[in-house]
Amino acid sequence: MEALGLLMLGFKALMTWKILALMLVGLVLGIFVGVLPGLGGPNGVAILLPLTFSMDPTSAIVMLSCLYWGALFGGAITSILFNIPGEAWSVATTFDGYPMAQQGRAAEALTAAFTSSFIGSLIAVMMITFLAPRIADFALKFGPPEFFAVYLLTFCSFVGLGKEARQKIVISMALGLLLAGVGMDTVSGQLRLTFGFTELLRGVNFLVAVIGLFGISEILVTMEERLALQGHPASLSFKVVWQVWKTLPRYWVTLLRSSAIGCWLGITPGGAIAASFMGYNLAKRFDKNPESFGTGRIEGVFAPETAAHAAGTSALLPMLALGIPGSGTAAILLGGLMVWGLNPGPLLFVEHKEFVWGTIASMYLGNVIGLIIVMCTVPFFAAVLRVPFSAVAPMIVVSCAIGAYAIQNAMFDVWLMLGFGVLGYVFKKLDYPLAPLTLALVLGSRAEDAFRLSMIGAGGDLRVFWSNWLVGSIATLALVLLFWPVIGMAIERATSTFSSKTA
Amino acid sequence: MTEVTSSPDRPVVRSRSVDIVVSLLLLALAILLGWDAHRIGASWADDGPQAGYFPFYLSIIMGGASLYGLAVAFLDKSRGAFVTREQLVRVMQVFVPTLVYCFATQFLGLYVASFLLVSGFMWWIGNILIWKSILVAFTFTVVMFLTFEIAFNVIMPKGPLEAAFGF
Repeated sequence: MEALGLLMLGFKALMTWKILALMLVGLVLGIFVGVLPGLGGPNGVAILLPLTFSMDPTSAIVMLSCLYWGALFGGAITSILFNIPGEAWSVATTFDGYPMAQQGRAAEALTAAFTSSFIGSLIAVMMITFLAPRIADFALKFGPPEFFAVYLLTFCSFVGLGKEARQKIVISMALGLLLAGVGMDTVSGQLRLTFGFTELLRGVNFLVAVIGLFGISEILVTMEERLALQGHPASLSFKVVWQVWKTLPRYWVTLLRSSAIGCWLGITPGGAIAASFMGYNLAKRFDKNPESFGTGRIEGVFAPETAAHAAGTSALLPMLALGIPGSGTAAILLGGLMVWGLNPGPLLFVEHKEFVWGTIASMYLGNVIGLIIVMCTVPFFAAVLRVPFSAVAPMIVVSCAIGAYAIQNAMFDVWLMLGFGVLGYVFKKLDYPLAPLTLALVLGSRAEDAFRLSMIGAGGDLRVFWSNWLVGSIATLALVLLFWPVIGMAIERATSTFSSKTA
Repeated sequence: MTEVTSSPDRPVVRSRSVDIVVSLLLLALAILLGWDAHRIGASWADDGPQAGYFPFYLSIIMGGASLYGLAVAFLDKSRGAFVTREQLVRVMQVFVPTLVYCFATQFLGLYVASFLLVSGFMWWIGNILIWKSILVAFTFTVVMFLTFEIAFNVIMPKGPLEAAFGF
């Protein structure tokens, strides 16, 4: 119950007018970017990160995480009213959400989406509250080999479990790790991969890359697709909200199942998308009437939204406890931590108690306030979608440029951002995943340091990664995940030959 | 670009061709980075791996993956479009102004360039009335200036106009 006391401490840290005002600003801005098609969680957080550079870490993370909650809520508006998923994990929400809007039940669908995202996030935050300190405590015993094994696990799970072509995942990740290595080598102080360019001495800044990869490239893609926006009008009345809430207890199995799926998958990288589909599919499979899904069933909104938001939230757990982000947005928040002068990892729980618990408390508070705000402002934000894209696009470009410049006060970074924008556009069109690139960029130098420190400690013996049961099991699990497609195939073949022999 | 014809929705370039070009570029990059890593030392010193060790093996991994990707792209017989002519025009409509904007920022300062970008884009590409475009762009730029320069103390590149006002 120590966690509860610390959580109260966190709430106390939030109760200042300044932080509450920042929460509101973050939530409103977040809903705004979430509503805009083509912009969502990671893009919004990346673009608005520069606002927080001069803040203290607690205010900064509160504002950014509220931005994230806002973007998650806002994404549902676009998916349901306009049939455009704001995020990949909102795709499953459109299956039943949009038909409901077409039938004039938009208000119902929106209430269901907001409520279930709220429930999903809340359950995930509760899990974070009680699990994160334990994991951090455990991870304090980690040395460099253990940390390297965990990084390896993260990278391998991307390759092994990713949906894209393997070579593209590997390229994306290797490119990220290589770019992270540009500049001065932290261990030996040697310059590398700079080719004599002084501008490259600073290295490739992670946030500059992210702003280009997500912000600029998204504008290019959106422009190319020229979305025709045709939405359904909606406003929420208290009556509809109450009607939906009254039926909530009936769906407790769906909600709990989806939350559990979300919490579990959210911890592994890239889990939110998988979670939303899995939540939807399981709700469909266990239903008495599976054919009716896709025609506007309210469970079809509950299930994926709960799972996606539980996953999106629990992706913050490994970020806080281990310094390893579980999603693109978490990776950007992690980059933020470094800008604000914090060293991510389990030590955060010891050295910056107020920051960590303030963050966790803000997850509770931000969700509650976010729910209220989004419910009250649906008509207003649905109108935002009618603002012409030709007004929004240049403003986003300006925000990206400001963001890229502000990080190191370097014009070179603005050009670099533009380059990453083009790279992101080409990669997206060729189905190269961007998440591994992002993750590798932010984790690259830490992973390398961990590797080299373990090598120095072990005198260059690779067997250090199997020197005790802890690091050994993590490293083995990493290799299993890396070769999972091959292993999976082998198991399948083995079982099929076995069954054909017995038959 | 020889494939460009007068019909509006013809693909300018096919996904497969871009895939091949990108694989080749990545391969070249892998070779370049691998060579540089090798130059600074990619083997083991007495105290562990040298500075080039990590990048060297990563470039080998990336080079290998690009080679494989190249083979896959060559064998791929699909003829899907990477970008059609109409799409390319739209992408250029936002990319070229952004490029010009970055140049302009260096000379005019970020805020003046932003005003020009937003108003010009709205008026020229969005066909929005000129006074509306100017009004929106002006309000947006002023809000940005107040937010970053004054409230949050984030310093942006500034040009002659700001200098005239004493910033």
